[in-house]
Amino acid sequence: MTHASVFRGNHKCTTMRTPLASRCYSHAKVETDEEFDARWVTYFSKPDIDAWELKKGMNTLIGYDLVPEPKILDSALRACRRLNDLASAIRILEAVKDKSGPHKDIYPYLIQELQPTLIELGISTPEDLGMDKL
Amino acid sequence: MVVRVLNLNQMLHLTAGRVGGLFSRRAVVGLTNSGARMSSHHEVSDQVDMSQPMYWDRLDTPLPDRAWIDVLDSKDKSLKQKEKGPWTALSKEEKIALYRLKFNHTYPEMKKPSHEWKTVIGGMFIFFGITGLVVFWQGHYVYPPQPHTFGEEWQAKQIQRMLDMRVNPIEGFSAKWDYKNKQWK
Repeated sequence: MTHASVFRGNHKCTTMRTPLASRCYSHAKVETDEEFDARWVTYFSKPDIDAWELKKGMNTLIGYDLVPEPKILDSALRACRRLNDLASAIRILEAVKDKSGPHKDIYPYLIQELQPTLIELGISTPEDLGMDKL
Repeated sequence: MVVRVLNLNQMLHLTAGRVGGLFSRRAVVGLTNSGARMSSHHEVSDQVDMSQPMYWDRLDTPLPDRAWIDVLDSKDKSLKQKEKGPWTALSKEEKIALYRLKFNHTYPEMKKPSHEWKTVIGGMFIFFGITGLVVFWQGHYVYPPQPHTFGEEWQAKQIQRMLDMRVNPIEGFSAKWDYKNKQWK
């Protein structure tokens, strides 16, 4: 019978029953998806966030191998509102559409989820402005 | 200390004497026009000040360090003031104008395919062609005459000799010759 702690990875190598199979993997805790999302929502929710922090946050987020959840984008768009930066808000929408790559159904889902925020803040999508065409 | 640097023009005249033939003469003619210009060209044009925040259009970095248009005229300034209010009050044209102030290319414009590949393929074929001409010229002017052992008569005698010797009679050369009917199998 294996201990539950084996799966959580917070045991020492020496207490394992079969030393032959002992591996030196990292014992660091892996962040869950919910923790990741919460961290980023908190980041963009800072009331006095400045322009640099917005840029740094967005550029880092787009650098990850994932499309951000609607709640993160919502937080980022509200940060744009606090910074009076409509252009960056539209740019963020363009960036996540590009991030979706070949998965064409992600972006419409994001827009659908963000619709209340977009209407509330008055952010037009690139499609609304005709900027999704050349 | 005096350093004598030869410009391209002078260098070509030195080498032209050694290499005869069509190609080098054509090259000298093509490049002498630029020779005079090249000898006077010292400065690098349009250096970017890397100590200032830069603008860029990158798919993987959506928000650059600075806006596209930094110096705003009064119309832009008033638009920027309006941006501080509710965005629902902005018209579509105003929203587009705000975007264009901050950014140069949209994502679709960044991703627009160019015609560069045609230049690349075309350049490749031109160089293949020039190389072909060089190889042809080389075959005509450079290579010594073929050894006499390549001649038809010599080759025939060589093959006959190999067959007489029974070269590789089991699986190779002579195995393919039908000795009875004096022909290849």
